[in-house]
Amino acid sequence: MEKSTRAGTIRTESVCRHYPMGDGVIRAVDGISLEVGAGEFVALLGSSGSGKSSLLNLIAGLDRPTSGAVIVNGDNLAEMSSEELSRYRRHSVGMVFQAFNLVGTMTLLENVELPMRFAETERGQRLALAREALQRVGLGGRMTHRPGQLSGGEQQRAALARALANRPSLLLADEPTGNLDSHTGNEILDLLHECNERLGMTLLLVTHERSLAERYAERLVFLADGKVVGEQANAPVSWQEGERQ
Amino acid sequence: MKADDLVDLAARNLRESMFRNSLTTLGIGVGVASLVAMLSLGIGLQQLADRRLARSGLFDTIVVTSHRSLRGFGRADNRNEAPPAESPPLDETARAEMARLPDVFEAVPDLRFISEVRYEGKPHLAMVAGLPLSARDKDAFENMQGSFFSSDAADEAILQIQFADELLGIGQKLGESSSKLSGQTQTLIGKELTLRYAERVPSPAAPAQEGGGAGDRSGALKDAPQPPVMAAFSVVPRERTLRIVAVTDQDPEGMRGASGARVFIPLQMGENLHVMLPSGLRGSEPDFSNVPAYPSLSVRVKSPDRVEPVQDAIRKMGFSTFSILDATRGLRRFFAVFDLFLGIFGSLALAVAALGIVNTLVMAILERRREIGIMKAIGASDGDVKKLFLAEAAVMGLVGGMLGVALGWAMGRLINAGANVYLHRQNLPSEELWAVPWWLVAGAIAFAIVISMISGLYPAARAARLDPVQALRYE
Repeated sequence: MEKSTRAGTIRTESVCRHYPMGDGVIRAVDGISLEVGAGEFVALLGSSGSGKSSLLNLIAGLDRPTSGAVIVNGDNLAEMSSEELSRYRRHSVGMVFQAFNLVGTMTLLENVELPMRFAETERGQRLALAREALQRVGLGGRMTHRPGQLSGGEQQRAALARALANRPSLLLADEPTGNLDSHTGNEILDLLHECNERLGMTLLLVTHERSLAERYAERLVFLADGKVVGEQANAPVSWQEGERQ
Repeated sequence: MKADDLVDLAARNLRESMFRNSLTTLGIGVGVASLVAMLSLGIGLQQLADRRLARSGLFDTIVVTSHRSLRGFGRADNRNEAPPAESPPLDETARAEMARLPDVFEAVPDLRFISEVRYEGKPHLAMVAGLPLSARDKDAFENMQGSFFSSDAADEAILQIQFADELLGIGQKLGESSSKLSGQTQTLIGKELTLRYAERVPSPAAPAQEGGGAGDRSGALKDAPQPPVMAAFSVVPRERTLRIVAVTDQDPEGMRGASGARVFIPLQMGENLHVMLPSGLRGSEPDFSNVPAYPSLSVRVKSPDRVEPVQDAIRKMGFSTFSILDATRGLRRFFAVFDLFLGIFGSLALAVAALGIVNTLVMAILERRREIGIMKAIGASDGDVKKLFLAEAAVMGLVGGMLGVALGWAMGRLINAGANVYLHRQNLPSEELWAVPWWLVAGAIAFAIVISMISGLYPAARAARLDPVQALRYE
C-alpha cells in the first residue's frame, strides 16, 4: 500500500526543555535534534524520566521549548502564539494517552465530538464523523456509554477515535498500552498502525517496551537523560503477520 | 467554539454537579428575589403616591389669579408684568380662552365663600366651595358616604366630616370628635340644610351682560336706592335649600388648611347663586362691571408634565399662575433616592450570592482540572475554556435570575396581602403597594447574568491559564 505524501513532517533542532527545581535545573529534554518524515511510524524508547513524554508534549504543542525549535509542517511551534498552538493541536495533532483521558461525564459519542466542537464543525457533520470514527475502532454499539462503563481497551479505542476526529496529519501516542494487558495492547497498536498505514498519518509512539516498538515502528529512537542516545531503522513485522493470519 | 455549543456544554457541565450548582443558583435566586422585592415595593409605593397625587388634583392643576387681585401669585418673580390697572380681568372671557388652550382639561372658577348654613334651625358658619363634576374622581370622594352630585346645577351639598360632626353636635366637647364615617353621619344624608348668602344683583340701569341664572329673586331689595354709575349693583340677602347627598371623611382641600371648605356644592349651581364675593368690592378694581370677575381660576391640564407649558401660556395672557409641580419633582427625587437605597439593600444578598458563584466555579476548576487539560490537548484555546466557564456562570445567573424574579414576585404578593389585611383591620381601603413592571423583570434577570459573569471572570481566567501538561498530570 502506498503511503500518502500529505503533511506531517516533524523536525526538532537542538530542542531543550528545562524545569527549574529548587536551586538546580531538571533537563527533561536536552538538545534533541530529530527528523520524522510525513507518514513515518517512529517509536521513542527509553526508561522512565528519559524525556520521551516531554519531547512528545513539545511536538504536540502542549508545552514550549526552553530553547531550540520544533518545526512541524514547516512551522516553528516555539514561535507560535497560544491561540495558534491551540489551532495547531485542534487541526494537525491527534493524541492518545496512557490514562486514556476521556471526559468521564460524557458519553463516547460526546467525547469524540468534543474536538470537532472546538473546530466548529457543523453539528450534523460532527455527529456523522464521530459515529464513523467510533465504528472504525469497533465501538459502534457503545456510543451512548460513558467511559466508566467500558474496559481499558475500549476506552483507549474511544480515545483513538477522538484523536482521529479532526483528521490530523500527526498522531502522537504516549504509552498507549501502559494501562492495558498485552493482548489489548496489541489490539490498540494494530489500530494505530492501521491509521498510519491506511490514513497516512505520521505516528510517534512513546513506549518503554522495546518489543512492541520493534513489532510496529519503522524507526526506533532511544532516549536517556533528555538526549538521543541511539537510533535504528526497523522492519515492522506486525502487519505482515496480521496479513498472514 | 460556537455559541450554541458553548451553552450546551455549559448546561451539561452544570447538570453534572447538580446539587452544588443548584445551591449556588438558589443563592443567586434569593439575592435577585430580595432585590426584586425591595425595588417592587419602592416602585409600588411610588406608583401609589403618583396615583394618589394625580387623583388629588393638586399636581395637574394651575391656580390662576389676576394681577389685579391682591392674592396674585408670583409677584416677586414678575416684576416686569403689566401694572394691575392694565392687566386683563379674570372673567368668563379669560376662562373660556384658557379652556381652549392645548392640553387643558378644564378651567373652572374657584368659587368659595363664607356662608351661614342652617340645619334644624341652628346656624353654623362654614366655608362653601363649588365643585365641578370632574371632582368626582378625586380621592376625597372615593370612599365617601352617599353619592356625588346628581348634576352640575342640582341643589345638593356634600359635607366634610368635621362639619357633619358639628351639625350632629359631635365634637362640641373637648376631645370628642369622631372624624369617622358612621351610622350617625349616615343619618344626615337626604336631609336638608339652608344656605344663607348675599347675592350680587345688577342694577336696572346697567343690566348684566349675562342675565339668567339669578334664581329666585323674591325678597330682593327692589326699592333700594341705586348708585348713579353705569355698573351699579345691589347686594341682596338670599336663602337656598340644599339636600345633603354625601359626607366625606377626607379633606378635599387639605392644602388650604384652616381655610378649606367644609360644605361643597355643584359649581354651576354655585355660580348661578351670584354670590357677592369680596373681590367684587375691592377698590383695586378700576372699573366696576356687572360682569363679575373671578378671584381665581383652577385650570386642570391633561397630565402633570403639561403643567409648565400651559402655565407659560397663561402667564403670556397676563395672569399670575401657581402650581405645585416643583413639589412633584422633589417627590420624584425622593423616590429615586429611596429606590436606590432599597436596591442597594436588595443587592447585598446578590453580592453574597456572587461570592457563592466564585466559590462554586473555583471548586469546579479544581475538580475539572484534568478535564480542562484534556480539552486543551484536543484543541480548546484559552479563550474557549474562559468562555465555557463564563457561560456556566451566565447560565447560573439566568436560571437564578428567573427563579429570583418568581420568588420576588411571590414575596411582593405576600407583603401586599399582609399589608392589605392590616389596612382592612384599620378600616382603610385596599392598596396596591407593590408593582413588578416588565423592565424590572428583564433588568433583574440581566443584572443577575451580569453579576454572575463578573463573578465568573476570576475563575474563568484561572481555568484558561492552566498549563495543559500540568493539568493532564493532575489526579
